[in-house]
Amino acid sequence: MKFGVITFPGSNCDQDMIYVLGTIMGHETVNLWHKDTDLQGVDCVVLPGGFSYGDYLRSGAIAKMSPIMGSVVEFANNGGYVLGVCNGFQILTESGLLPGALRHNDSHKFICKNVFIKPVSKSAGISADLDHTRGYKIPIAHGEGNYYCSQETLAELKANDQILFQYSTAEGEVGPAVNPNGAIENIAGVSNAAKNVFGMMPHPERAADAELKNEDGLELFKSMIAHMVVA
Amino acid sequence: MNSTAVATLDQAQEMGLRPEEFDKIKEILGRTPNYLELSVYGVMWSEHCSYKNSIVWLKKLPKKGPHMLVEAGEENAGLVDIGDGLACCFKIESHNHPSAVEPYQGAATGVGGINRDIFTMGARPIAQLNSLRFGKPTEDRTKWLVKGVSKGIGDYGNAFGIPIVGGEVYFDECYHQNPLVNAFSAGIVEVGKEISATSSGVGNPVFIVGSATGKDGIHGASFASKDLDEDSSEDIPSVQVGDPFQEKLLLEATMELATTDAVIGMQDMGAAGITCSSCEMSASGEHGMDIWLDKVPLRQNMEPWEILLSESQERMLIVVEKGKEQKVLDIFDKWDLECEEIGVVTQGGTVNYYWDGELVGSLPAESAVLGGGAPVYHREWSEPAYYQEYKKFHISTVEEPADLKAVATKMVALPNIASKRFIYEQYDSMVGTRNMGTNDPSDAGVVNIKGTDKALAMSVDCNSRFVNADPEVGCAMAVSEAARNITCSGGIPSAVTNCLNFGNPYNPEVYWQFVGSIKGMSAACEKFETPVTGGNVSFYNQTQIGDKIEPVFPTPTIGMIGVVEDKKFITTLSYKTKGDLIFMIGANREDISSSQYLVNIHGITNSSTPHFDLEEEYANQRQVQMLIREGVLNSAHDLSEGGLWVGLLEKGFASGLGFDITLPAEFRKDAVLFGEAASRILVTVSEENKDKFIDLMMLNGCDFDLMGHVTKGGIRVDDEDWGSVSDYQEIYDNALGAILSA
Repeated sequence: MKFGVITFPGSNCDQDMIYVLGTIMGHETVNLWHKDTDLQGVDCVVLPGGFSYGDYLRSGAIAKMSPIMGSVVEFANNGGYVLGVCNGFQILTESGLLPGALRHNDSHKFICKNVFIKPVSKSAGISADLDHTRGYKIPIAHGEGNYYCSQETLAELKANDQILFQYSTAEGEVGPAVNPNGAIENIAGVSNAAKNVFGMMPHPERAADAELKNEDGLELFKSMIAHMVVA
Repeated sequence: MNSTAVATLDQAQEMGLRPEEFDKIKEILGRTPNYLELSVYGVMWSEHCSYKNSIVWLKKLPKKGPHMLVEAGEENAGLVDIGDGLACCFKIESHNHPSAVEPYQGAATGVGGINRDIFTMGARPIAQLNSLRFGKPTEDRTKWLVKGVSKGIGDYGNAFGIPIVGGEVYFDECYHQNPLVNAFSAGIVEVGKEISATSSGVGNPVFIVGSATGKDGIHGASFASKDLDEDSSEDIPSVQVGDPFQEKLLLEATMELATTDAVIGMQDMGAAGITCSSCEMSASGEHGMDIWLDKVPLRQNMEPWEILLSESQERMLIVVEKGKEQKVLDIFDKWDLECEEIGVVTQGGTVNYYWDGELVGSLPAESAVLGGGAPVYHREWSEPAYYQEYKKFHISTVEEPADLKAVATKMVALPNIASKRFIYEQYDSMVGTRNMGTNDPSDAGVVNIKGTDKALAMSVDCNSRFVNADPEVGCAMAVSEAARNITCSGGIPSAVTNCLNFGNPYNPEVYWQFVGSIKGMSAACEKFETPVTGGNVSFYNQTQIGDKIEPVFPTPTIGMIGVVEDKKFITTLSYKTKGDLIFMIGANREDISSSQYLVNIHGITNSSTPHFDLEEEYANQRQVQMLIREGVLNSAHDLSEGGLWVGLLEKGFASGLGFDITLPAEFRKDAVLFGEAASRILVTVSEENKDKFIDLMMLNGCDFDLMGHVTKGGIRVDDEDWGSVSDYQEIYDNALGAILSA
């Protein structure tokens, strides 16, 4: 499986993602540059976290116009796998590859802490193989992670099994007390209808190293990879 | 102001120079300086840049250590050999005055400045700490400052992408007007790949890179070198404006630059901008420099002297080897950053500034810099009356409260004891996936050095109430506490950076605090073999309102790093298993001096430092280091604010487990529970390691005491039910946020 992690100006989780996919999991992983248009034949493109273009204007709003995003949209529309984490998720919603938008946290503060997320979708690769009855400990670190979409979109997400994760307790209970940012129905991540584009605010790459004593995130990557169908 | 107009004594004094300093400038130049030249001396000879009132004493600090690659003052930051061909570059700096008038930008640019110091040396920053001090948290001004400072640190550091892995926040009314914002950063560089702040090679081009230059921060160094007063808000234009996005690009470009052979020297532009970098690099390399100010990329129309003095952020000056300019231009083009040739290295030691081909200023570089022509003063000091007065305090004058459990509950909610998560959850503590404390914290921040067996431990500490009570003892205690945090985490203390926050040095009693602190720091750093690699001095942390002068507590913040030679030695603070035995290494004492208990519960502020003995401290730490390497400890946690009681609870908060303890019968219970005598460490040991632990303890004769054992969650003190850990956790987690958001 070959991964390509894009570096936008201001990306700051790109090397962390490469470390997990390449060094820890042992997959061929290349670093893609935002000014290029060649995806180097990767099977999965990853848009990492960070503050692309300083998050100026609006998170992800400028990055979607980077030269490489034209190639990413084409790749996704042809069924290629795309994962966006945090700022990467924001770029994917701005690009129209994923439904909804990420608003400012309802506390109006940046929040960094461990949270639990419960896998919801049984048909999306990244959550399919996980235990759907409990929470996975995955950290968040964002100021604009408050997922929002219209009621019609929400109904579609549910009908198509596109909700990947919801903020929950360790035991997998979903409720307002464990909603860190005000996201609609505690949504932490969604996929597109075709289930080849995934976006999530929590950082699985920050929970994928035995040396940091939390490998819950590794389970997400393993599930995603197990369900990837490549030519 | 016309840059080339002949300067006057009035102008010199407005810039903070003294009449005798103005005379000295005339003597150096052999003529009266023009306004631009005077401006250069004004900032270079400011306290902030010249250390003129502190350097005599700073030179007495221990500089040499077994692991030092670069000693204090030689470069932008100290450099310590950590093995595996790697070096750690680390430093702490203050941004107090800017934060007092514009907390958001003041704190943000403090973070930017300290990180630039690290990556200018070719080291990639991997972790940050900070030490913050504010007035009473119930005051509106404090709420405004905390909100601005924490958001400034967060917004800048989060976007820049370096985790904050630890720190401290103190509240005391002495910081009401003048908060302290001290930022620490540590980076890693391959030995031999570091970049120097120097200049050489006649004809080599000089480039300015990064952001365009604007009018922000002019006279920032001078603003930092005077007391705050009721008009200080007028100095807001002296506060710089930060852009973390530019800083991130500058970091990545610099890291690429460090892999080329094109760079002779590089210096960041912090205080005094182009002035400081051109003078210091030239003086360091014993060359001169011609700078063409009209070539500097600008954001707005500016006078030549304004360009020189601007403290616009995210800029660097680079001396490039002639013929290799294209390599540099290509890298900065890739990262969409400005990169403009603005000068050339010359023979001799003169720095010439030009505007449209006309010479607008000329001076010997060496005459402007610290260690060269900058003034050096020996200040007088005198012992303040309070010092002896405080020593008279005796515990017998304080009545022991009848209901200790009620006091214990109050203690957990005190602003200096309660969790600071309301503040630190705004900081990205995990980016870089190196923070080893996220899921199992230690006393110090512990940072993974990926691909090696090693980790780095780091801590910032200063109990300034202790330093105020007795500067010499209190500062030795600050060094010891930092070392204790590193020791408890499994590290061996390696080196120190300091941030010396004091009042006005022309006040003999303030200077007495400064001298005492240096003496105490020297003694402790000698003992721990932790040389002081650098840092900064921030005087004038006092506010004059009307006739009343309020200096802050003397606050020599200690930033320390330690090497964990093998990750298997990393020791965390939480209880691990029900039934484990809880031992205290170090002695229980009947001592409540300067404790949070005495100050907040009894309202008594005039007491001296609690018990401290440097030899005992060192022996206890050596003992813990040995116990960790022998593998007999399940946890270790140092006792500090709130004493034994808070230490026991903190070990529970991190695990959900509780404790059952018996207090020694020969002392007052309040003193044992809440006293803050130094050099004490709480450890837990499993039943099967108990004998080995005791055998090892008997080898060296350190005091130790069996306090009790770990429970499932309940708390028992002397067989009395004190509730459960979760009861106190609720208070501990939410007390500070409730006060600050009220």
